Parts: sequence; structure tokens; C-alpha cells
Amino acid sequence: MTFENFNRLIAGISLQHEVKFDLNARPNAVLLSPDDLIPVCETLYRNPATYFDMLSCITGIDNGPAAGTMEVAYNLYSIPFDLHLMIKVILPREAAAVESVSHIWKSADWLEREVFDMYGIHFKNHPDLRRILMPADWEGHPLRKDYKHQEYYRDIKVEY
Amino acid sequence: MPTDQIQYRYQPGNLTRSEPNKLRPENLRAEEMIINLGPQHPSTHGVLRLEVLMDGEIVHEVVPHIGYLHRCFEKHGENLPYNQVIPFVDRLDYVAAMNNEHVYAMGVERMLGIEEQIPKRVEYVRVLVAELNRIASHFIAIGTYGMDIGAFTPFFWLMRDREHILRLLEWASGSRLLYNYIWIGGLFYDLPVGFEDRCREFVRYIKPKLPELETILIDNTIFVDRTAKVGVLPLDLAINSGVTGPILRASGLRYDLRRVDGYSVYPEIDFDIPVGEGRMGAVGDCWDRTFVRYQEIHESLRIIEQCLDKLTGEHIRTRDFDPQALVPKKIRPKAQDLYVRGEIPKGELGFFFRADGKSDIPFRCKCRSCSFVNLSVLPEIAKGILLADLIAIIGSIDVVMGEVDR
Repeated sequence: MTFENFNRLIAGISLQHEVKFDLNARPNAVLLSPDDLIPVCETLYRNPATYFDMLSCITGIDNGPAAGTMEVAYNLYSIPFDLHLMIKVILPREAAAVESVSHIWKSADWLEREVFDMYGIHFKNHPDLRRILMPADWEGHPLRKDYKHQEYYRDIKVEY
Repeated sequence: MPTDQIQYRYQPGNLTRSEPNKLRPENLRAEEMIINLGPQHPSTHGVLRLEVLMDGEIVHEVVPHIGYLHRCFEKHGENLPYNQVIPFVDRLDYVAAMNNEHVYAMGVERMLGIEEQIPKRVEYVRVLVAELNRIASHFIAIGTYGMDIGAFTPFFWLMRDREHILRLLEWASGSRLLYNYIWIGGLFYDLPVGFEDRCREFVRYIKPKLPELETILIDNTIFVDRTAKVGVLPLDLAINSGVTGPILRASGLRYDLRRVDGYSVYPEIDFDIPVGEGRMGAVGDCWDRTFVRYQEIHESLRIIEQCLDKLTGEHIRTRDFDPQALVPKKIRPKAQDLYVRGEIPKGELGFFFRADGKSDIPFRCKCRSCSFVNLSVLPEIAKGILLADLIAIIGSIDVVMGEVDR
């Protein structure tokens, strides 16, 4: 999806922050502020000109303590129009939180749970935000760049 | 640690602390009960645990608990160079390792910008082995599905036929299941001399066997009674839930990434995309899903035959052909984000890469696994059904837990 089309698409909704574009990403990426995520997603989903009906993937990215930011990348795909779009949201590393999109795409339910599990990013208004891959009493979020695993889990040495 | 020391002391509370039930006993209505199914149960295809809220035989709610086979793929991916991740990629969907490798190698090649330069022969070999593996994976799916609901013989027949595929792939790559055959920029080796003939022999052998499978399993009255109109997945729910692969096609959408994206040499190959037509009463039921897989085996055989024609004709092996010629010595893509996707037997396998441009190791290597997303639709379609139908639905989704848990 080209950026001109995207700009035309979001012209109708009032956004709180400026939209930036990442030309280095394939498919093309749009950088949104976390406040604007839900209105843009709803527009993309409902607009008959785009109709992004499938949310393929949600990726959490930790840029490390030095950068102090985390990112969530959403990969959208429109089956009828064969359009790709990546949406990226940059969050502060401390108390990272973003609105859940699971009321728009049901596939977001488990994908967001996985991002929460691995990065500790909180998804507001998620129906069931529990850990999904790690045990419920595991300490820490393993894919953070500064993650240090616990020494023992249930008397089992974690280091192998 | 001394070897005589007990590594793990069992405490009764451990189970409820590590994976507590979502449903609470105090919230149950009259006659309702919580039944635990799995993780060690043959019908869950590995280690899937289901927390089932039941009233007599009727299932009211299903809560899947996963993660019992979590092997930290993404953590490994962030700590190893791109080429050393391939063996871990094999272990995602371990019954279709070639397909996983194909998608992964395609992604890294796209980041390096060498995707267009890959020799045609290499691409045809990749497609050939991937389609062989797709047949093997569908054999497992159909065979174990029959076993789930009481048909024992088809499983043995299909395992017997799958063995021929595994031996072919072992001949090419040296291992039976986890190949590490498709490399970034090429192949481990060219096909062994005589492989094409043996592969043709296999195609001749397998073709009359498939109608036998149709007779004994697909059209069998008992099988139809157990699967027709069970676990119907409507198309809108399927798309909204991100379901892909044979399950989405069984719900009636002609959506196959081999055709939609047209990656590798698939645009040059003639094949059909079977979709569910509701021949047994409802579009998108368990029978349709099995039948779509069965038809895909025929289509894969067609693809294999065309690949063999090309590999013995237009792109025949030459003395100076080196499948490793384009394998880069140093894999260091420019700084970028890339999402790549491809069709594996279960659906859309995607990889999200972030390269920082400074190292051979991916900054982020995320795997979007299709079994994971496909399984998330289970609670939606398993409401108000019988417990026996729940087993039929799990089997028809065809999850491989290695890919769900990564």
C-alpha cells in the first residue's frame, strides 16, 4: 500500500500526532502514536477501499535499555485487494502499554498474549491477558534485551 | 550438579501454580464441571492441554493451555547467525521441515537482495522437496486424524507410503526428518544422481494408492458420520481469526499463498487450489478440511511431476553446476524490517526480521506460526458440541505442537 493512499485514507479521521513513514521496511510501514492506533485500525478495517480483513502477525521488539523504547509491529493484509501494510507503534520501555486490537481482529487475542508474555507490554482492554507460552509463575519477560533468567525454577536449575 | 541429587521434588501445588485453570469452580452453574484434557493424551497431537467446561456430554467452553513444548525459538534466533537458525526452523513444524526452510531462506534472501539471482534449478529442487514434504505432512494429518476417531488401518497405510518420501529426502539431505537442506542462497547439495528417476517411480507408486485411501477413509460412512457437519467454521470468523491454510480453504475461500504471492517458481507451475464445497452437508466442516488436504496431495503430485520434467529437461544437472555458488560467506543484511510469508502444509508461515545492519545475527527474528493462530479458533467453534466432536475438531485443525509452542 502506498503512502499517498494511506494519507488519503486517514484524512477523514482526526489524529492526535503526526504519522511517520518507514521506507526501510517491507511491506511499507506506518509509524503511529499509541493513541492513534485504534481509530486508524478501525478505519483500515472498515473502509471499503482497503478492507484490511486479516491481521497476520503482531511482533514485539525491544530496542534495548540504551534506546529506552519498545515497539509493536502489526502486519495487516487485505485479501480482496491484495494490500500489505505494517503498522508500528513505539512505546516507552517503562510501563509499556497500548490499546488492544482484539475487538477488531480476533487473531490479535493470542498474538497479543504472546507479546505480553515475552515483553511485558500491557494491552489495555484485552479480554484475557495471561501468559501463554511461559508458565504462569515464571519471573520476567524473556525476550527483553536486559532479561536475566532466574537461577532456579521449582528446584530445577535453569542454566543448562 | 551431582547425579544422585533429585532434580525436581514433586509438590502438589506445582501444577496449579505453573498453569492455573482459567475457570473457577465457584463460578460454575448447576451440573457444570471442569474436565482437564491433556497435555499427555494421544488425541491432542502432542502436548496440548484443554480445560473443558462441560454439562454432561455437552461442551460449554474450551480453554486451551499451550507452551508445554516451548523451546525458545525466538531467543535462539536472536543469538545465532542467520544461517545457523535454519536447524531451529526445521524444528518448528517438524513434519514439514523443508517447507519451513524454504520460507526462512526466502526471507533472508529477500533481505540480502539476492532473491532474483537464485538459479532456477535450485528453486525447482526447493519446490520439489517442499512438495514431497507437503505430501508427507498431509499423510500424517489424515492418518492420525483417522486414528483419532477410530480408524486404525489408514494410519498404517499412510505411514507406509510416507516412509518412501522420508527415504527420498534422506537420500538427498542425509536425515529423515530435520533436513537443513535448503540453505540461504542455495542448497546443501544438488540432488543425488538418479533421484529424479526414483521420484518418478514414487509418483507412479503413490497414484493408485490414493483412491484406496479415499475408499477406506474419506468416503467411509463411519468417517463421514463422525466428521460431516461437525465443527463448522464460517468464512468470516475464519478470516477474522487469521486462520490460513487448508482450514481457510475448506471454509470456501480460494486463498493459497503459493498462488496469491506467487513466490519461488510457483507462477510457472500449473496447479489447482482445492476448496471446501460442502459435499457432506456444510461448507467448512471437519470432513471438508480432510478432503481439501486429500485433494492437495493430488495437486502436490502434479507440481512434483512438473518439477521433475524441468529438472530433467530445461534445468538438467550439469557438471559445473554448484548449488552453493550463491551461498554468502557473510550474511549481513542492511538495516531493515521485513515480514516474509509462505504457504506450508498448515497455512501461512511468516517470519518478521529486524536487521540492524551491523551484525550477522538478527536483532529480532519472530515466527508467525500458522498452527498457533489456527488453534486459537478452537474455543470459538467448540461451543455446545459433544466431547467426542471436540476430539474430531482438534484432529481436523491439524496442529503440530512444535509449531504452536516454538
